[in-house]
Amino acid sequence: MLGWRIARHVVSITTILLLGGLLSAALVRLAPGFDVDEQQLDPGLSPESVRAMHESRTQQHNLLRFYVGYMGRALHGDLGTSHSLSQPVRTLLRDRLPVTLRLVTIGLALGWALAIALALTAAARVTAWDVATLIVSGVFLCLPTAVLALISVLLNTPGYLGIALIIFPKIFRYLRNLLAKAYSLPHICTARAKGLGEPRILMFHVLPIIAPQILALAGVSVSIAVGAAIPIETLCGLAGVGQLAWQAALGRDLPLLVNITVLVTLVTLLANSSADVIGHVLKSEGV
Amino acid sequence: MMRHRVLGRLILITFLCLGSTFARSETELRFCLRTEPKNLNPLLVSNDAEETIRYLTGGVLVRVNRQTQQLEPELAESWNVSKDGRQITFKLRQGIAFSDGTPFSAADVAYTVQQLMDPALHSATGDAFRSGAGTVSTKILASNHLAITFPAPVAGLDRLFDQVAILSSQSPKKEGAVLGPFVVAEYKPGASVLLKRNPNYWKKDSRSRRLPYLDSIRLDIQPNRDIELLHFKRGELDLINSLDSEYFDRLASTSPNLVHDAGPSLDSEQMWFNEVGNAPIPAYKRTWFRSTDFRRAIAQAINREDLSRVVFNGHAEPAIGPVSPANKFWFNDKLNPYPYDPEGALKKLQLVGFRLENGVLRDRDGNKVEFSIVTNAGNRYRERMAVMIQQDLQKVGIKVSVVTLDFPSLIERITQSFNYEAAILGLTNVDLDPNGQMNVWLSSAENHQWNPAQKSPETVWEAEIDRLMRAQASSIDPRKRKESFDRVQAIVMEQAPFIYLVNRNALSAISTSLHGASPVVLRPQTYWNADQLTLSAESGRGR
Amino acid sequence: MVQKLACAFLLMIGMVCLFADQLAPAGYAKQFRESPNAAPSRKHLLGTDDIGRDRFSRALYGTRISLLLAPAAALLSTLLAALIGGVAGYLGGFWARCAMGFTDLFLSLPWLFLLIMVRGFLPLDVSPVLSVLATFSLLGLLGWAAAARILCAGATTIRNSDFLLQARASGLRRVRLFVFHVLPNLKPILYAQFWISIPVFILSEANLGILGLGVAEPMPSWGSLLRELEGMLSFAEAPWKLVPLVLLILVVSSFELILTKQEFAT
Repeated sequence: MLGWRIARHVVSITTILLLGGLLSAALVRLAPGFDVDEQQLDPGLSPESVRAMHESRTQQHNLLRFYVGYMGRALHGDLGTSHSLSQPVRTLLRDRLPVTLRLVTIGLALGWALAIALALTAAARVTAWDVATLIVSGVFLCLPTAVLALISVLLNTPGYLGIALIIFPKIFRYLRNLLAKAYSLPHICTARAKGLGEPRILMFHVLPIIAPQILALAGVSVSIAVGAAIPIETLCGLAGVGQLAWQAALGRDLPLLVNITVLVTLVTLLANSSADVIGHVLKSEGV
Repeated sequence: MMRHRVLGRLILITFLCLGSTFARSETELRFCLRTEPKNLNPLLVSNDAEETIRYLTGGVLVRVNRQTQQLEPELAESWNVSKDGRQITFKLRQGIAFSDGTPFSAADVAYTVQQLMDPALHSATGDAFRSGAGTVSTKILASNHLAITFPAPVAGLDRLFDQVAILSSQSPKKEGAVLGPFVVAEYKPGASVLLKRNPNYWKKDSRSRRLPYLDSIRLDIQPNRDIELLHFKRGELDLINSLDSEYFDRLASTSPNLVHDAGPSLDSEQMWFNEVGNAPIPAYKRTWFRSTDFRRAIAQAINREDLSRVVFNGHAEPAIGPVSPANKFWFNDKLNPYPYDPEGALKKLQLVGFRLENGVLRDRDGNKVEFSIVTNAGNRYRERMAVMIQQDLQKVGIKVSVVTLDFPSLIERITQSFNYEAAILGLTNVDLDPNGQMNVWLSSAENHQWNPAQKSPETVWEAEIDRLMRAQASSIDPRKRKESFDRVQAIVMEQAPFIYLVNRNALSAISTSLHGASPVVLRPQTYWNADQLTLSAESGRGR
Repeated sequence: MVQKLACAFLLMIGMVCLFADQLAPAGYAKQFRESPNAAPSRKHLLGTDDIGRDRFSRALYGTRISLLLAPAAALLSTLLAALIGGVAGYLGGFWARCAMGFTDLFLSLPWLFLLIMVRGFLPLDVSPVLSVLATFSLLGLLGWAAAARILCAGATTIRNSDFLLQARASGLRRVRLFVFHVLPNLKPILYAQFWISIPVFILSEANLGILGLGVAEPMPSWGSLLRELEGMLSFAEAPWKLVPLVLLILVVSSFELILTKQEFAT
């Protein structure tokens, strides 16, 4: 049963990846500004040079041809060459992936830790603390990313604090509402009346009810964190995939953007599928 | 007794060690690059970051002294340009070697020129020499003497060699072997570039000590200016090469000795209208934009003093014409700047059929005079200037909408689809010589922004500008060239195809531990004499 | 008691916005060029911005736009999430897998380019109203994906729960079941989504200014006011610039306090 499920996930992941690459290529190709280069505004370049620059981009004009070609090459390990940075995409990603991985993992862990700490205390208590946590999470939700990035740099915590501060209000809010709703169910009252301790109630009576949603939240938080990595890396000057993505977007760098989208889609799909699979495992074990 | 002596010796040894650590500490200059260098080939320089690396590592034959704006010998002891402007001969210094020990000779210069003139190489450095079709020939007359002949006269031929970094024809390291004060030691993409002192650099100071004084330069890649400022304030950076005016005042309020204002730079900000014949804009708007009186009235209705004072906190000057007064030789000082005169502007408009009704300006056919200004997002100064111009033009009854676009969309609109009405952009001038801007003034060229790539000049004055620019390009007498170009500047002021707004000042920040820097207006502003800069080693600098 | 305070606060903000014309005679566009970046004074209660416009007026007018449109966009995204996520989870099986696959794809695509395309299609002199409506609609249409996943998981749990089984057995139609029995139990997630979306959309609207979307100059919006905070290296520099931030936090918190009044009585 589990094997079937995993196989199904693999097939759907592959289909979605292919679709994702194609759609992102279409979006980039059709958006205005695809065909141009900043260097066109340089009066020092001769008309022949400008024409040569144009011609080097024409091979990307036909979307389907480009995409099929890209997939064929990708199977051999060649992910194409970025024309805004004049380097093979594979080297670029290989150099920058560790930075982003570190950033996102530590940021996620920190964000979840903060959110759980606040949510557990807020859900079971009464108004004053609840309002306080509401306002605290509201503060970080309302701060522009640039300010969070600056705070992160001011405190010498490269980037991951910024990511943690971006995701923790969101996780906290969902978590807090779910916990509050679960705690308000009648059987909790009964459990308390019967004298069960708070930790037991939490572990065996509250969490199982909201486990699927929390897992889904975990999966979604990964893609929120990855999305947050783009502005944080750009603003903090960290050489990760997020900064690469932003530069690629500004330069309409099709090969790079397609690869990054496929990567992000893969990460999202893996995170969410894992959440699904874990949920199913927990359910079938009768937790 | 013994114990005291041992103790005393121990203390002495400790101090000596500490002292020598401080005395021997490497001096490393640190500042930021705002963009990523895409490649390290000095012949293919296309952005600021690559320009910086080329300046610091490349050895050139002649150098424009950034302070005096005069041409000085570098690797070439002397040079001579022929009367027809087609040939230049160089007499080179002898006994010089590249950073890896390979000897330098005329063969290397010939090799570099051949590489540069390769038709497959598309770079602004090479294109500056392409004045006509044909091949460039190099003749080596001796190991330190060579002649380079071009197919057509090249205006300002000698000054162009300030941009050409000489490559080695023999070294196995190719571009890695350089003649400049520093050599690229490490490049971490996205993070930093490390330049180390070139042990074979040929220049010596007046006391015959080998230059450069600095051991290394670390260039951090940091596009965010707030964080750059933060690092500078913390002492982690030694200079900020081009400082924004709001940061200037912020720094000046706490430490005025750190900031420097070198006066108006060569850069200008300008606005222009879309005059392209088949642009997808309403025909009546095209008629307005093509009317010289309309453009001149708009130029008069804009308050440039306010723009300089409010947007740039006084660190800019109202622009007078196409050339900044900082360009001492080429600036035409007989031009009449547009005064700020909204009533005069309104009168001008009324003379050509516009009329003001209930605070709204209408043209002859009753159309409301409204247009949009596009500019690139992310440049706070341009956005603010556009909003101030919006209010200025409201006083003459014109409704302006401001649209900020991302750069590629903007470029597409102004170079391909021509789907825009007015635009505000800036021109960054690296070169003093106006020949570098041929593609802006020639009506058939692509950078003739208001109406590019015309098959034949569509107006009499554009034809005249074409003639004058070609005249200055084919002459080598600086006075004759200046005459022609002065006339071009006068025509541009009369016809106002570009409405010049301000010339920004060259601002920089330099830490007190950096000695020898004297910021100027020409790029690179602060480290133009990098080989003579010194850093006083301060304890606790945290390297 | 706290909820009453929140209600009163929101009402007050609403009133102040309505009478912005009278309370802020300076107007949001007038540039007082002799005093840019001024500190608060009697004439300018919150000082002036970089080109001399009165910050207090801009805050009032900006509140109008943001307070009206951001919650509307948040509502749109919450409804979409409920529809796609909730219905998928409720129907289960193949539909759920399809919808979630679609959601995952949606989460990963670079929507920046769609926004650039939309800007490309809009005329350059589009009216500020249309521009801001288009922006917030787009934000609402693109912002549902994260919540949809969680809603799907929640709806699946409810679908398999006892009480729903009972309701189904008693013959209730599927639509009724969904609207009256499933959705209300998804309220925690729906409220969280709504509450989170409001500030996120307000900030996004300001960032969309980079693409030419968003509010057109000289009209202010909260997002553009908050962007003034960028570049402040210390909060002591100009503490009055923090007022829009404080206001936003209070408004957003008030919204949430009112919403959760009925739900979680502890």
